[in-house]
Amino acid sequence: MSAVVAEHDHHDHEHEHHGPEKGILRWIITTNHKDIGTLYLLFALVMFFVGGTMALVIRAELFEPGLQFVDPNFFNSMTTMHALVMVFGAVMPAFVGLANWQIPMMIGAPDMALPRMNNMSFWMLVAGVLLIASTLFMEGGAPAAGWTFYPPLVMQTGKAFPFAIFAVHLLGVSSIMGAINIIATIFNMRAPGMTLMKMPLFVWTWLITAFLLIAIMPVFAGAVTMLLTDRFFNTSFFNAAGGGDPVLYQHIFWFFGHPEVYVMILPTFGVASTIIPVFARKPLFGYSSMVYATAAIAFLSFIVWAHHMYSVGLPIAGELYFMYATMLIAIPTGVKVFNWTATMWKGSMTFETPMLFSIAFVVLFTMGGFTGLMMSVAPVDFQYHDTYFIVAHFHYTLVPASIFILMAAGYFWLPKWTGHMYNERIGKLHFWLSVVSVNILFFPQHFLGLAGMPRRIPDYAVQFADWNMVSSIGAFMYGFSQLLFVYIVIDTIKGGTGEKVTDEVWEDASKHGLEWTLPSPPPYHTFTTPPEIIPTEHVG
Amino acid sequence: MSEDLHGKNSRLVRKLVLIVVLMFGFGYALVPLYDVLCNIAGQNIKLEGTDVATVNEAAYAVDENREVRVEFITSVNERTPMTFRADTPSINVHPGQYYTVSFYARNNSDKPLKAQAIPSISPGLAEEYFKKTQCFCFTTQTFAANEEKTMPVRFVVDPKLPERYKTITLSYTFFDRTNSIEN
Amino acid sequence: MKKTKQLLVCLVLMSLGLGSAHADYKLNLMQGVTQLSHELYGLHMLVLWICVFIGIAVFGTMFYSIYHHRKSKGHVAEQFHENTTVEIIWTIIPTLILVGMAVPATKAVIDLDKVQDTEMTIKVTGKQWYWDYEYLDNGVHFESHLDEASEKTHRISTADPRTVANYLLEVDRPLVVPVKKKIRLLFTAADVIHSWWVPDLGWKKDANPGFVNEAWTSVDKPGIYRGQCTELCGRDHGFMPIVVIAMEQAQYDAWVKATLDKQNQPPDLSDEPRAVLMSKGASVYLKNCVACHQIDGKGISGWYPALSGSVKVTGNMDQLIGFIQAGTSKMPAFRKLPDNELAELITYLRNAPELGNNVGDEIQPNAITPKYDDDE
Repeated sequence: MSAVVAEHDHHDHEHEHHGPEKGILRWIITTNHKDIGTLYLLFALVMFFVGGTMALVIRAELFEPGLQFVDPNFFNSMTTMHALVMVFGAVMPAFVGLANWQIPMMIGAPDMALPRMNNMSFWMLVAGVLLIASTLFMEGGAPAAGWTFYPPLVMQTGKAFPFAIFAVHLLGVSSIMGAINIIATIFNMRAPGMTLMKMPLFVWTWLITAFLLIAIMPVFAGAVTMLLTDRFFNTSFFNAAGGGDPVLYQHIFWFFGHPEVYVMILPTFGVASTIIPVFARKPLFGYSSMVYATAAIAFLSFIVWAHHMYSVGLPIAGELYFMYATMLIAIPTGVKVFNWTATMWKGSMTFETPMLFSIAFVVLFTMGGFTGLMMSVAPVDFQYHDTYFIVAHFHYTLVPASIFILMAAGYFWLPKWTGHMYNERIGKLHFWLSVVSVNILFFPQHFLGLAGMPRRIPDYAVQFADWNMVSSIGAFMYGFSQLLFVYIVIDTIKGGTGEKVTDEVWEDASKHGLEWTLPSPPPYHTFTTPPEIIPTEHVG
Repeated sequence: MSEDLHGKNSRLVRKLVLIVVLMFGFGYALVPLYDVLCNIAGQNIKLEGTDVATVNEAAYAVDENREVRVEFITSVNERTPMTFRADTPSINVHPGQYYTVSFYARNNSDKPLKAQAIPSISPGLAEEYFKKTQCFCFTTQTFAANEEKTMPVRFVVDPKLPERYKTITLSYTFFDRTNSIEN
Repeated sequence: MKKTKQLLVCLVLMSLGLGSAHADYKLNLMQGVTQLSHELYGLHMLVLWICVFIGIAVFGTMFYSIYHHRKSKGHVAEQFHENTTVEIIWTIIPTLILVGMAVPATKAVIDLDKVQDTEMTIKVTGKQWYWDYEYLDNGVHFESHLDEASEKTHRISTADPRTVANYLLEVDRPLVVPVKKKIRLLFTAADVIHSWWVPDLGWKKDANPGFVNEAWTSVDKPGIYRGQCTELCGRDHGFMPIVVIAMEQAQYDAWVKATLDKQNQPPDLSDEPRAVLMSKGASVYLKNCVACHQIDGKGISGWYPALSGSVKVTGNMDQLIGFIQAGTSKMPAFRKLPDNELAELITYLRNAPELGNNVGDEIQPNAITPKYDDDE
């Protein structure tokens, strides 16, 4: 991040500005980036608890061997829906919400480039998620073939099948519109002097993520459309009987799926790179290498997809190629971790809740990275694949990584958005409960996977009982600790500690981003006149 | 919003939408691309669907000094009401020489049945050297109620088959196509 | 620092995993009983240790910094934000480590691919939800289902799995192989994708419908090795285990002979007392019907019809026989059931109190008509 801002009047009343509509209508027809950001964030928070409840159903069933609570088919629906809700309903919308709030304020723009489309993409998301949730009540139950929708199994889905696919289409269109909007905002709305290489890393990572999204969501839409025509219109894309191949679906799916997991992690990198320098009171180490590393990871994500499919019977050349390409990802990812460490090095650190979550993110994401490296080794993946080891791996890269960073972002920017300070004591309690329980939840799953427990099973052999019980205890601890966050959000909106926060909120934050030069809370319309950026060296 | 910015936005959105449309097309383009790549890499994929019952037999020099074991395995998919097996589970062949083996299939139901046999060869990389000149898998087979059939497969193993391959397995799976819309 | 402690605990747990392979629960990957599984175990340990050391270095630096470079200790932030030398070093070193990993990994990929020059071939077919094994060399062919004790236990929520030996990891008919023989396994499936995994053998392989995959193994020492299906294949994905028994060649030969004798013997169609019909019928039901129609015969609403009180079950017996043998578009044709099992099953279906039926009749094996000469 790069800019020092000359003083200027934020309360720009010389133009005719109307405030928000009154009442509920404000939220339905709003085109204001802050309102839409709030909608996205609140929606994501609700979905986080919906998906989390599904996870708790899973962990309750797995608390002990034997089937106690749910039918195996419903269990499979739960794993499927948990993934879909968390990916498309919680993590992705949460980052879109952050983008809506922050990108215009960070680049000195008055709003998103396409405000009406912004509103539309939010409501399409809601429609998509409601549609997919409605399948739970359909004859034959919700989709139970895993969020990957592998044929031929997915063809055995009941009445829910076309609805699930249409929901995926809606979610896809919503994401694509969101991504287009973000790209247009970043390309066309930057304040004068805000060159690309001066943008905060959060903006950079979102720019790259948005390009990933418009490249992959259409491919996913295509894949599920092929499923639809295979089932209803007698095409044979994936049906061996008609000359198709079910493995082809896996190739197309993972061509989407691998970049998709990076869609959930790249903005995470951006937020971490924004928060850590503020609390280390140092500029981010290696700004440009961070940008290049992000771009490199995004590029690599397109050419490694079949590492999800080592055991489907790839030819040996394919196994080797995908193994080498996958190993390469460790390099830019390592650069990022080293850069964050170097940013902390010789800083003057304080440990407010956002910083605590960010440090935990760096450590625990790295653990997820380590298991990722282990699984990149194709021959050993023949043992790890489809076991709890991979469940542990991707949850480490999603929960104590993406989710922790979303929490960090919440604590970091809530005072700016609301003008109120959150309760630091409860925030820290939330952090410590989360970081302890998330490890109790996911660390034992490594042992389970290595010992031979397959994933996606509702019941298991007795030797897996102990660690499953530990994991389930961790799950309930983690799940219930998140209610603290809800309390804090509500409390902060209502006034928090009552302490009036400054424009900077955090000590010297204005060196790190334009948003900290705005009042807290920022007025409904900000930067209607572009801020004057004085180009300098990267100062943070 | 100024006219200028509006124009810039529209132009950019048009470009981005074009990318979206192209990527949607790309998803579909992966289908033929996959076939091409699989033929190069030799991954399991249906043999080229020659639609005639027999194809011309190219002549090869027979390699009498070499024997390759060819195994035949059969499967019936899901609810297809059939009995299906190879008359000989395996034979040893000389590369370059043509052989004919037969398969037995029976419709176990009281209704007519249309079924398609899908071939697959293992190891996948040997596929390009295994040539079938006559096969019941080239077309959809129609069975009357309870009909039995003995069906031949004529094939040759290309003498160019790399030395390391000593066993090749030819697999057939019958799929019920009675209810699918035929073109 | 609580975080440091936590990391230490993790490391201790990890090292425990290395030491206590014989504990009740395992923490680390099993070494297995094949050349491949040993090779992969070595590779696993190599990468694990690399990760542990990188972790110690990175987290060590970070925690040192967190401890010393804090504002509360009065540390003043330095303002450096670039150092090309350092950045080049930490790009090159990981690259070298990766190259070091890639060499043994490549060898292992090649070893896994050496499926030729095998001495015997077994075809493995995944089905919803059991495995079907066919020995191409000697004609042994059988299905391998979850054993009865596990089947009953997991379907009755009050039953205690801890009382069942090898709960969910036992089958009625295990795959038997000779030791120290290179075996080629061919994988395919009859409905959806399954995946065959026995950790002690060192790999898993997907079974794709319509296509065939191959892999090889050679088991070093006699023993019983257990595994499970590892590709989500529907409702009972968790209930189709794999058991491999490796035995010395002589024992194996005897097993093949005994199995073939039994396989080629016509089924015993002599009359059975009603109690025997019922108890054997319960076994046939558990193996073939319970996955869909459930242990109480109530089926699953919207998916599988109930058998309790169904006119198809309690009505005309000949029609019921024909129905079971012919199947429907949703139910497979159970022509594979020999007449004695069919008689047992039908008697059970019509009279089992647990299914809620009580017709009060029975049928003997030789009364089953029509008789199919299904020669499979």
